[in-house]
Amino acid sequence: MKALGIILAGGNNVRMQNLTDKRAIAAMPIGGSYRCIDFVLSNMTNSHIQTVAVLSQYNARSLNEHLNSSKWWNFGRKQGGLFLFTPTVTTNNNWWYRGTADAIWQNIDFLKKRHEPYVVIASGDCVYKLDFNKVLDYHIEKQADITVVCAKLPEGDDLSRYGVVTMDRDGRITEFEEKPMLAKSDIVSAGIYVIRRRALIDLLEECNKEGRYNFVTDILIRYKNLKRLYGYEMQGYWSNIADVDSYFKANMDFLRKDVRDKFFHEEPGVYSKTHDLPPAKFNTGSRVVNSLVAGGCIINSTVENSVLFKKAFVGNNSVVKNCIILNGAYIGDNVHVENCIVESHETLLSGSTYIGEDGVRIVTGNKNRYDMPVGEV
Amino acid sequence: MLLAGGQGSRLGVLTSDVAKPAVSFGGKYRIIDFPLSNCINSGIDTVGVLTQYQPLVLNSHIGIGIPWDLDRNNGGVSVLPPYEKSDTSEWYSGTANAIYQNLKYMENYNPEYVLILSGDHIYKMDYEAMLDFHKSKGADVTIAVIPVPIEEASRFGVVIADENKCIQDFEEKPEHPRSNLASMGIYIFTWAALKESLLALKDQSNCDFGKHIIPYLHKKGSPMYVYEFNSYWKDVGTLGSYWEANMELIELIPEFNLYEEFWKIYTNQSIIEPQYIASTAMVEKAIVGAGAQIYGEVYSSVLGAGVIIEEGAVVRDSIIMEGVHIGKNCVIDKAIIAENTVVGDNTKMGQGEALESKLNASIYAFGLAVVGENSTIPANVTIGKNTAIKGQTTEEDYPDGQLCSGDYIIKAGDRE
Repeated sequence: MKALGIILAGGNNVRMQNLTDKRAIAAMPIGGSYRCIDFVLSNMTNSHIQTVAVLSQYNARSLNEHLNSSKWWNFGRKQGGLFLFTPTVTTNNNWWYRGTADAIWQNIDFLKKRHEPYVVIASGDCVYKLDFNKVLDYHIEKQADITVVCAKLPEGDDLSRYGVVTMDRDGRITEFEEKPMLAKSDIVSAGIYVIRRRALIDLLEECNKEGRYNFVTDILIRYKNLKRLYGYEMQGYWSNIADVDSYFKANMDFLRKDVRDKFFHEEPGVYSKTHDLPPAKFNTGSRVVNSLVAGGCIINSTVENSVLFKKAFVGNNSVVKNCIILNGAYIGDNVHVENCIVESHETLLSGSTYIGEDGVRIVTGNKNRYDMPVGEV
Repeated sequence: MLLAGGQGSRLGVLTSDVAKPAVSFGGKYRIIDFPLSNCINSGIDTVGVLTQYQPLVLNSHIGIGIPWDLDRNNGGVSVLPPYEKSDTSEWYSGTANAIYQNLKYMENYNPEYVLILSGDHIYKMDYEAMLDFHKSKGADVTIAVIPVPIEEASRFGVVIADENKCIQDFEEKPEHPRSNLASMGIYIFTWAALKESLLALKDQSNCDFGKHIIPYLHKKGSPMYVYEFNSYWKDVGTLGSYWEANMELIELIPEFNLYEEFWKIYTNQSIIEPQYIASTAMVEKAIVGAGAQIYGEVYSSVLGAGVIIEEGAVVRDSIIMEGVHIGKNCVIDKAIIAENTVVGDNTKMGQGEALESKLNASIYAFGLAVVGENSTIPANVTIGKNTAIKGQTTEEDYPDGQLCSGDYIIKAGDRE
């Protein structure tokens, strides 16, 4: 592959509420066995991108724990590798990452030292499968300066949280509006860009000189008439984790057969850190229907339309309905929990009830099961 | 040194294409994962795995040892098959002979002590504690033993020791055992004693630790001790004991607990996605591996990774290994179905009365229906108990759509 990968995984979003109190969005658990960033990492490794830099800032430790070895995604090679870059203080810089473009600019030495002619920039908070080779081929065929991967949103989706793109018949981007109140098209930027490494370096240096730090507004939108920006429309499932509802929905989407088939069974696969957990255990009294259950779970009662992450425990005579139960959550006996996201390592004491009345409720803050180190988030 | 070359012929068709240590266990593992994980958990990071019988699955499972953290710059795991030498070339003809043929491998590491293991048992054991015992006694050999009911002791190699744990005598499968301490086939040798005895007995045919090396050192007066192990240890050498050991895992609180953080068992498992339990499914008293898709009913069973149970199928008291596909409306009772087997729709297994097996009554007993790996079973057939199936079977192989209890179909070597 003639490109290196840059994953923007710096961010938090207040609309994630307290789900991101202890982790970055890119480290959010998805689909029973994965973290958000696994999808882009797997896409990159499956596209034979060998060198990947993850730029992280907000709660970088959570991500760092997940990326503690590059071998899960096959990046542990003599050529290339997986790098996690957080802001560092140097003689000529003591800033945090002031924006997406600034984050890359602060690591411009890394870009300069590499030899790959192209760069694939992608965010770490999307769930999708994409062969970046196809995007690169398109980029070369169109003689584009920057190719923006786009996704067509289903009707009725709220477009105001995306970058909305309008293309001409050739695919060239004519308009690019960031989070418009009134959108002119239903095609949005998926936050994935292909650009020549040299061109990126020039653009970033130019931007930095002018004190501009945002990749979308200061590079894409500002240069869209000067440079050849093309849109590559990706097919199939794509979702962006930006708030509690989209997080809940993205997980629930995995209860759909087409989504499971795409991510679980179609080659190439999605990889993640392995945890060496025993198989899930269903004891007498377990009634599990239409649910995903990860390794290490122990279930004693009813679970419906839910996604259970690793090592979740459900006690006797409890009902778990329409829920996302994160890693290591403990649900005691006679608990009723419905329409909730239960935080990792949470304890739902026996006899308690948690119901999301209007919308999804986040259950967090109850850790008094035992005095033990909580472990990874 | 982990002896993993044995066939385990009493596991019947389960080991027709894989060595016994590579047989699946507990919905996720292979038997060899237990001694290998014990090694790394005990701080042993240089392991030679001796292979001989059907090593393909074993080799690809072990790889370079990544799942057990045995991929080391120095040491790590080495797979040791028999090899041709300039003057001779022979297969491993006995446990000690196999170790003797790998003297050079051991010498490379200049060890002080060598631990000899077999890949046949399910247990969690701290070999370091045993080594500490060995050192504190100044022993040349320490044999791990487990107390067994005295009436069962005659099935084992029995060790007689004094109150200082010093070994007095041995008996191999004695009619009237004088002790209830059964040898677990786990030995720690002080290197000098091991090397000396292997060289002294190098011309012994079928040289075996229990039959030759240990008696030889005992006769010489080498200090030998027993290390008593008092925890879960399960021999899974027969189909009955293999089935039982799997079924013990689905108890509410199994004696052998895989769910504790301490002393993790590692394995090479590429399937990581969660399992899907559909709206039409019912799963009770079972353990189910990653990525399984359950549309039917599963009771009291152990299911491996990636298993598919179609709608309407009912699986009871069975072991279904990785990648098996059970068709619609099947009824599977008390069966062991090995990896990647496909069972057609509406087929019934484990039906009728248990009649004695015509293939081998001592292997195919216990009322089990056993299917070897990569087999195919057509739709709409009925299969009895104590049966064995291996290979791509078609409807013609089942007269009147039946395989009666005690019958078998072995179609080896016809795989596409």
